[in-house]
Amino acid sequence: MSLTNYLVLASILFTIGATTVLLRRNAIIVFMGIELMLNATNLVLVTFSRMHGNLTGQVMAFFVMVVAAAEVVIGLAIIVSIFRTRRSASVDDVNLLKS
Amino acid sequence: MSAALLAAAAQTATTSGAEAVLFWCLAPVMVIAALGLIFARKAVHAAMGVIVVMISLAFLYVAQDAPFLGVVQVVVYTGAVMMLFVFVLMLIGVDASDSLVETIKAQRWIGWLAGLGLGVVLVGVVTRATYPPMTGLATANADSNPVGVAKVIFGDYVFTFEVVGALLVTAALGALVLTHRQRLTPRIGQKERADARVAAGGSLTPLPAPGVYARHNALDVPALDHLGRPLEESVSRVLRIRGQELGVEQFQSPALPSATQTPTLEPGTEDQA
Repeated sequence: MSLTNYLVLASILFTIGATTVLLRRNAIIVFMGIELMLNATNLVLVTFSRMHGNLTGQVMAFFVMVVAAAEVVIGLAIIVSIFRTRRSASVDDVNLLKS
Repeated sequence: MSAALLAAAAQTATTSGAEAVLFWCLAPVMVIAALGLIFARKAVHAAMGVIVVMISLAFLYVAQDAPFLGVVQVVVYTGAVMMLFVFVLMLIGVDASDSLVETIKAQRWIGWLAGLGLGVVLVGVVTRATYPPMTGLATANADSNPVGVAKVIFGDYVFTFEVVGALLVTAALGALVLTHRQRLTPRIGQKERADARVAAGGSLTPLPAPGVYARHNALDVPALDHLGRPLEESVSRVLRIRGQELGVEQFQSPALPSATQTPTLEPGTEDQA
């Protein structure tokens, strides 16, 4: 089995995450799609780290994880505060600035 | 690098059959679970699918000579991030269903097309590119994987590590600030509730219990007052609205002729009787 299989799997997962962001309206599900994309990127980083015999890729994946954790905290806080004021978790309902 | 290490690296530079079995077991499961993100109606089911994907990714990391990242994946993603997602779902999103109104015309088809195109491009590029022969992490992981990762983090990326720590602290503070609700109205405690009740002029004492003084002891039987008349308010309001209380007439005391003339309790009749 070649390492390309991992890369193809990561590509498929990234595609599913991106399609989720494009298709779903529930803000939380959209957010999970973003998490899926970040995870797919991590898989690519780990695979390339193994391919090149260099641990820097794993360190990059580690940093991506930390940044993703911070992003999740802030994003979910924003979703909760929007839900408190608008009573909705749909991304289409946040259109106050629409003329 | 010694010749022995090189030989060891050359030996481990191929994927084993066990790894292939693991990959082909996990990859379809991961793809199906990830597809749940697109097709699941309930957000909780989508979250479960993502958790499956993340745990499987941890397995793949361990199989790819990255046990440290595998553990971090389980702890950070499935342990913290997804639990946070599930908690927020519990708070707001369980009954929030997708609206079917399209704000952008044909957004669904455009989204499918764009996603499919992205997938084709990514898979095409990944499969057609030529890669160097696999080196393997045997030499880099010579003193175990966490030690090797720690040497890179605290050797080459110390400043990045510090910045990321500052980012985490900022994120925690930001979450506190964003979810903090300012109190716009005065707090309503026990005293305020009691004052409001007196001001409204309602019944200050508890309502009479149903059925206790009647010949029946059931909840849907009104109690009788001291003149033998049924007390409407002794029956639960829910039962009264549903019309499930028993007829008040049949429970009046037969010894009181005046009671039959006033089947319902009206204010003021008590004094006349």
